[in-house]
Amino acid sequence: MAWLNVLIQGSLLGGFYALFAIGLSMSFGIMRLVNIAHGDLIVLAAYVALIVTDNTGLDPFLSLVIVLPAMFALGYALQRGLLNQTLSGGLLPPLLVTFGISIIIQNGLLQGFGAYDHRLHAGAIETASLHLPGGIDIGVFPLLVFAVAIFAIASLQLLFYNTRLGRAFRAVSDDADTAELMGIDNRKLYALALGIAMIFTAIAGVLFGIRTIFAPLAGPIRLILAFEAVIIGGLGSMWGTLIGGMVLGIAQSIGAALDPTWQILAGHIAFLVILIVRPSGLFPRTRD
Amino acid sequence: MTLLQTQNLSAFYGDFQALFGINVTVEQGETVAIIGANGAGKTTFLRAVAGALETAPDSVVFDGEAIGHRTAHEIVRLGIAMVPEGRRLFPSLSVEENLLLGTHSERAGPWNLKRVYELFPRLFELRRLPAPSLSGGQQQMAAVGRALMSNPRLLLCDELSLGLAPVVIRDIYECLGAITAEGTTVVLVEQDINRALDASARFYCFQEGRLALSAPTKNFDRAAITAAYFGM
Repeated sequence: MAWLNVLIQGSLLGGFYALFAIGLSMSFGIMRLVNIAHGDLIVLAAYVALIVTDNTGLDPFLSLVIVLPAMFALGYALQRGLLNQTLSGGLLPPLLVTFGISIIIQNGLLQGFGAYDHRLHAGAIETASLHLPGGIDIGVFPLLVFAVAIFAIASLQLLFYNTRLGRAFRAVSDDADTAELMGIDNRKLYALALGIAMIFTAIAGVLFGIRTIFAPLAGPIRLILAFEAVIIGGLGSMWGTLIGGMVLGIAQSIGAALDPTWQILAGHIAFLVILIVRPSGLFPRTRD
Repeated sequence: MTLLQTQNLSAFYGDFQALFGINVTVEQGETVAIIGANGAGKTTFLRAVAGALETAPDSVVFDGEAIGHRTAHEIVRLGIAMVPEGRRLFPSLSVEENLLLGTHSERAGPWNLKRVYELFPRLFELRRLPAPSLSGGQQQMAAVGRALMSNPRLLLCDELSLGLAPVVIRDIYECLGAITAEGTTVVLVEQDINRALDASARFYCFQEGRLALSAPTKNFDRAAITAAYFGM
C-alpha cells in the first residue's frame, strides 16, 4: 500500500510538472524556439498574480482573470517585437536572446520585490485532502492541479486538431516556408502561439505560487523540470509531455520514499536513463 | 491585358546572384512555359515572383501593382499561388487538411473542396489519409488542389512532372486544361521540354540565370531551343 501511495503522489506531482512544460513544448513544437526564459516566465506569472491579489484582494484563482490576458499580451508582444527577429539565424540567436530575457526577469524581480520568499494564499484548499481506503490521503490541491493539466492538454489537442488556427500551427511546424507560400503570416502566427503558450505558463505560475514559496531566482529549476518532462515525453507530443511529467514525478516520489535527500536526484536520473535508452523520448512527433 | 510583368528582375541567394535582369511578360489567361537546364534559375524565378525571395519593388508587377517588396503571404492574397517543386505537402496533415490550408489566403472564387474533388476524384477517396501515404502522382494532385483552393489568378507550377510516371504526368496535364478553362493564367516551369511546349502558347528559355530565348511555341524550331537550352 505504501508503494501505491508513492505512485499516486508521484503521478499527481507529474501533472504539475506537465503544466510547467506545456508552454515550452508548444513554443518548441511550433517555432522550434528553445525558450530559456520559460522558468522565469512561470515565476513572473506568480508575481503578477501576487500584485493582483495584493492590490485587489482577489483570490489567486480569480486573479487569473487578469493574469491570463496580461501574460498572453506579454507573450504576443515578446514574439512579435523581439523573438521573430531571431528565428532566421539558426538555433543560437533565440537561445541567447531568451537567456538574456531570463536574466532581465530575474534581476527585475529582485529589484522590485527583493530576494524574499512570497506565496499566494488560496485558503483551505491548500491543505484539504481526501481519505481513501487503505490509508491513502490525496491532497485536493494536487488533484486539482492534475485535473487542470489534463484539461489544458485536452483543450490544446482540440485546438490543434479541430480548428483552422490549429491546422495552421501544425502546417507551420511541418514546413514554415511552404506555409508562408500558402498565405499564412508566420510571424503573426508565431506571436499568437507564444501568447497561447503563455496562457498555460501563467496557469502553471499561479498554481506554483499557491503550492510553494517562490522567489525571483526560482525560475531556472522550473525550466529544467519542464525540459525534462518535454524530452522524456518526446518533442512535439502534448500527451507525451503529460507522461513525461508523470515519469519525473513518480521517479522523484520513489527517490523520496527511499531517502528524502534523493528526491530531486532520482528525477534527474530517470531523465538521463530515458535519454540513453530512448534519445527521442517516449512519444516523439515533431520532425526536423 | 498584361497580368504579370518582371522588369530587370534580379535575385540573390546571399552573395550568389541567381537571376540577372529577367524580363518576362505574361498575359491574362495564357499559359506560358519556362524551360531550361538544371540551375538555369527557373525555380528561383518562381520563388522571386511568389515573394519567397527578396527583390526590388518595381521588378515584379502584378496586375499593374509593384509587388517585388511584398512578402509571400501577402502575394498569395493578391492572387498568385504556387505549386512548389517536390510538392511540399504538410506531412502531419491529412490530404483534406492540406487542401484546406489553401483557404488561408481568404480569396473567393470558383474553387472549393467540392470542385477540387471533382477535378481529382481520387483525392476524395483518400482525403482522410496522411499526405505522405499518397503516391507521387496523388501528392502532385493534392499540391495542385491546395494551390487552387486559394483561387489564384496566376498559378505557378514548378516541375509538375518531377519523378512521376509518364501516364501520371499525362493525367495531371489533362487537368491543367480544366484549370485554364476557369480563366486562370498559368506559368509552367519544366525540365521536360516537350511536355511544357505542348501545354503552352509561349515559352521562355533560361540559361544560367539569364533569358536565352523567348518565342511562341507553335512550329518552333527545336534546334534553336536546344541551342538556347544548352548554350551551344
